[in-house]
Amino acid sequence: MACGADLMSDVLAFTHAGTLLMTGLTNPQVVRTAEMAGIVAIVFVRGKLPPPETIALAEEKGIPLLASRYTMYESCGRLYQTGLQGCGLFQLTADHWSQGDPHSTPPGEVSQDLCA
Amino acid sequence: MTVTHTPADEVKAQGNSILEVTKLQELVYELKIEQVMTKKVVTVSPDDPISQLKEVLRVNRISGAPVLKDGELVGIISIEDVLKALELGAISASVSEKMTTNVQTLFADENVIQAVTKFGRLGFGRLPVVDREGRLVGILTQGDIARGLLRQLEMDYREEEIHRYRASHIFEDIASDQTGLILRYQVQARNFARCGEAASKLKRALERLGAKPTEVRRVAVVSYEAETNLVIHTTKGGELLAEIQPEKIRIIAVDHGPGIADVEKALQPGFSTAPDWIRELGFGAGMGLSNIKACSDQMVFDSKVGVGTRLEVIIRL
Repeated sequence: MACGADLMSDVLAFTHAGTLLMTGLTNPQVVRTAEMAGIVAIVFVRGKLPPPETIALAEEKGIPLLASRYTMYESCGRLYQTGLQGCGLFQLTADHWSQGDPHSTPPGEVSQDLCA
Repeated sequence: MTVTHTPADEVKAQGNSILEVTKLQELVYELKIEQVMTKKVVTVSPDDPISQLKEVLRVNRISGAPVLKDGELVGIISIEDVLKALELGAISASVSEKMTTNVQTLFADENVIQAVTKFGRLGFGRLPVVDREGRLVGILTQGDIARGLLRQLEMDYREEEIHRYRASHIFEDIASDQTGLILRYQVQARNFARCGEAASKLKRALERLGAKPTEVRRVAVVSYEAETNLVIHTTKGGELLAEIQPEKIRIIAVDHGPGIADVEKALQPGFSTAPDWIRELGFGAGMGLSNIKACSDQMVFDSKVGVGTRLEVIIRL
């Protein structure tokens, strides 16, 4: 599974464990966020390369870093075309947590939690 | 039952062996020669006859010995030198006549890798170890290195086992009417480079305690968002506290200012007062408290301008 985001709160909110993250941000907090959200690898898009402190933290946390020269849109599109699925309809990860089964939450119930 | 050996297994097996080699290589670079060398060194005097040396080697079951004169290392002699002397019928010759005088040594405070390289280059069976003043402090063979590495691997393994045991059994081993483990983390204001360290430590602690991955992620998201808020919004930082109980985890984030004027508004998704530099880093989108709420079973959020803010979250396990 994969997702693309430049907003770390979104990553924390909707990613599942075992997800690939595509992002245009390269600061160390991207690695922190990945660690917390269970992201297994990060792809930096738009030809950006991470600074040494980001690489050091990723090494410490054992999270592989990759880079793509394509834009976010095209990087995501190319991977999607090869069969790499997205995270599906926007669902708060907490819904899965409370239900136990990632596929049991009907999409309709989802965003209500956000507005509550 | 049939066991099918898939290519994936092979990759996994290779992965494991790569890991182990790396661990060994790490140890070779970490361990000091003094940690693996034999400290009790049998030495001989240059004036001893070969016949006596032969006895020393036989009784101690060793294949060579450094030669000391007045405490100073002057040579090294091995069983091979004894054999050569026997061949020439020179059994009563002195050690000084048959020994190697240009002695290659190792320093006690060097890493084991230096010894490995030297053994590989010189092909010797043993190398005397000296301190930086040149005094003989030990002797090293390739067998010593192998034994030392194995001992260290075993120690590391046992330590890991003990850690795992201690952590995951704490709630069963320590009986009380209500057992709880309290972890406190101080969070500095505006130190964004260190933001997430507390949450990361808490996450690691929970993993050690054997919490389920889904629970760990909920706690991780809550504590990371709360820590981020302390870093971005407080004047003097604050404290992140986690109370871990067998059936629930309570996370509390407290600070002493500046406080929030409109708490209702702060709780709205998308509302944020974060400065631009924080937004450029991918944070401050006003989703933090929503994320926290979504991950928690119970959330109490309270703030007073000039006093501070307190967030309390309960996550049931």
